Amino acid sequence: MQKVTIDPITRLEGHGKIDIFLDDKGDVANSYFQIPELRGFERFCVGRPVEEMPLLTNRICGVCPEAHHMAAAKAADAVYNVDPPRAAKLLRELLYMAFYATDHTTHFYALAGPDFIVGPDAPVAERNILGVIHKVGLEIGGKVIQMRKYGHHVVEMIGGRKVHPATAIPGGITKILSEAERKEIEEMGRWAIDFALFSLQAFNDIVLGNKAYADLILGDVYYHQTYYMGLVDANNKVNFYDGKVRVVDPEGKEFCKYEPKDYMKHIAEHVEPWTYLKFPYLKNVGWKGFVDGKDSGVYVASPLSRLNASDGMATPRAQEQYEKLYATVGGKPVHHRLVTHWARLVELLYAAEHWVELATDPEITSPNVHTKPTGVPTEGVGIVEAPRGTLTHHYWTDERGIITKVNLIVGTTNNYAPIQMSTNKAATSLIKGGQVSEGLLNMVEMAFRVYDPCFGCATHSLPGQMPLEATIHNKDGEIIDVVKQFVD
Amino acid sequence: MSEKPKFAMYWAGSCGGCEIAVLNIGEKILDVDANFDIAFWPVAMDAKYKDVEAMEDGSILLTLWNGSIRTDENEHMANLLRRKSKILVSFGSCATEGCVPGLSNLSSTQEIFETAFHTISTDNPDNIYPQIMTKVPEGELTLPTFNPVLKTLAQVVDVDYYMPGCPPESHQIAAVIDLVIQVIHGKAQLPPKGSVIGAGGSTVCEECSRKRNVKMVKEFKRIQDVAPLDPDLCLLEQGIPCNGPATRSGCDSRCPRVGAQCIGCYGPAEGVIDYGARLITAFASVIDATDPEEIEKILDGIPDPVGQFYRFNLADSLFRASAGAFKKNGH
Repeated sequence: MQKVTIDPITRLEGHGKIDIFLDDKGDVANSYFQIPELRGFERFCVGRPVEEMPLLTNRICGVCPEAHHMAAAKAADAVYNVDPPRAAKLLRELLYMAFYATDHTTHFYALAGPDFIVGPDAPVAERNILGVIHKVGLEIGGKVIQMRKYGHHVVEMIGGRKVHPATAIPGGITKILSEAERKEIEEMGRWAIDFALFSLQAFNDIVLGNKAYADLILGDVYYHQTYYMGLVDANNKVNFYDGKVRVVDPEGKEFCKYEPKDYMKHIAEHVEPWTYLKFPYLKNVGWKGFVDGKDSGVYVASPLSRLNASDGMATPRAQEQYEKLYATVGGKPVHHRLVTHWARLVELLYAAEHWVELATDPEITSPNVHTKPTGVPTEGVGIVEAPRGTLTHHYWTDERGIITKVNLIVGTTNNYAPIQMSTNKAATSLIKGGQVSEGLLNMVEMAFRVYDPCFGCATHSLPGQMPLEATIHNKDGEIIDVVKQFVD
Repeated sequence: MSEKPKFAMYWAGSCGGCEIAVLNIGEKILDVDANFDIAFWPVAMDAKYKDVEAMEDGSILLTLWNGSIRTDENEHMANLLRRKSKILVSFGSCATEGCVPGLSNLSSTQEIFETAFHTISTDNPDNIYPQIMTKVPEGELTLPTFNPVLKTLAQVVDVDYYMPGCPPESHQIAAVIDLVIQVIHGKAQLPPKGSVIGAGGSTVCEECSRKRNVKMVKEFKRIQDVAPLDPDLCLLEQGIPCNGPATRSGCDSRCPRVGAQCIGCYGPAEGVIDYGARLITAFASVIDATDPEEIEKILDGIPDPVGQFYRFNLADSLFRASAGAFKKNGH
């Protein structure tokens, strides 16, 4: 292949870029959301002992290592066909709830917050976390920092480290929780519930109370009819750590519900030559390209999709908020993508409530945290619900438990096709007659920010947040403008 | 009013954990803001690459670089920030020693691509792989080139300091920031160029509170086969291949404290030239045998020697990559 000389600026800013092509009239002919890197975890994990997978796959993503740690541990349990003791599962899930509360907080306040709290039209210089704190007050900024601290503290107490926890192993966990630690975790959890309720109230006051925002949320630019995916418990309530994967169709009817081990019957991935990332889709609907509707296998895996794919939340106050969300927006499923931010706060409340439930379970301090695997290791699938979507780890091993093959379908990857569709729609709506407005990037950003895209996960390569570049081509393919901005 | 010195932080091939670790220093981040003009930091603020290009060479006082060099684009950025920075810190394991993704240097690009784009769930009958240039109906799309091997930052540009850890622990980051602030105010001096900063000078074992009885190891065991472990006894003495003896201190032995073995994320201890060689020596020294054959047999109990001995630092080891990494690169 001939070597292509890439414009230096383009080369530098390749961490997620959008190329937009205009037609004769200067309207958008098409756009492409590209992911420019790959690290190759599926290759280099081969040959490693399966018990190292929770440690190695952590390094796929430093933003949500906890999700990979848990999915890997569950896949390793399955490889050995070992069922960890209840206390071990409780501890894993408790760590995971604290992580969820932290992660959803970071997204809402630092990443999405600027759009809603500071305002989508505010100057770029103010559209950041400092702008949010400026708007809502230093005291609330302090609360946000406190919430993140508490969450990471719990992750460190149970997992050993704040980033890249180390304690989940096949058959359980290495950490035994003391009563003093349990008590501290419970207290932090109760604080987290208050923080979640406060955040929902803030959303109610600032966003729902503002007609301009409400119109934006319910407008057409951010609307797509697709399938929705989420992990549910035995009562079809949202679950982050365990359960079955449920998918509903664009009308909200259950399309399928599967055990983790059966994911291959339902999911396939499409490849395009212009990006390093694959496009998952529903196998039994088929890949029809980047299109909406019941005949297109495109599905979403996000906070909103989890609510859409479930019958409710498993904790009382989160359930109230769930009901309020659907009553306010009207009907289910909700196709308005910006409602994802609200759904994320409902999940924050669930994570906090469940955090306290787990921390007050009498068995959480049990020293019985490991079951020694006795079976011959073979093959296993582990699924958890990462904040950014359903996370699937699938391992094959030899009889010694050495990895021979790996398959990973990670959070954000699920949403790659929807993200491509959402950004394309935003670009198409905004650019008319060759006029590229300053607002383009923010509109485009808002289109994909709802998915909280984490391409570190998705490509097993990139950082959790990414800079964005939009290159505008004219009908002859020549570059007429390059608009660049860091997303976060 | 005199201008504040400029600070930058950048990520290349990385997971984002280094950025999270910096954010986790909490209120200390306000000290950074008070003492530096944050010139460039994608995770925290809005600045553009072209702004960096427009800066005078050497105009950034301190750049923390995290991430490995995996693409031509990463390499380009490393050169640019080297030129613009007075002090360039190789921050975290990926930049300093390649980290876990450095294990990809055991495979060729072709093997990596064939694996990633032919997994069991990938529908790819036409063998489509990402291309550096693709013609689409509307024009051409380009992607950065995936280099044949993953490199550390110092293999590409001159580095002033090294900060180990995957990721560096937040208290260590805070200490380094404090030091630089003192240097700015003339209250301290920078360590000699090439120093390792934000870490200890000894090994993880030296920081570990677990008891050592110099009990000799008769066999190595897998952690899932022995858990629950003795909460107070050295993990290595319990037969768990813990990397503490070869790994640099500075993390407070966090993993052994919660019953997990050290996996070596802080890299080689002071004075160690090759991490794996040192670890093999350390393991051999705790083995309860004198007969070389028996020692070898006990070492065979380690199921994945390459992963065990070079988990984080293959790309920076004496090996760097296997010959296989250079096999024909078709993509």
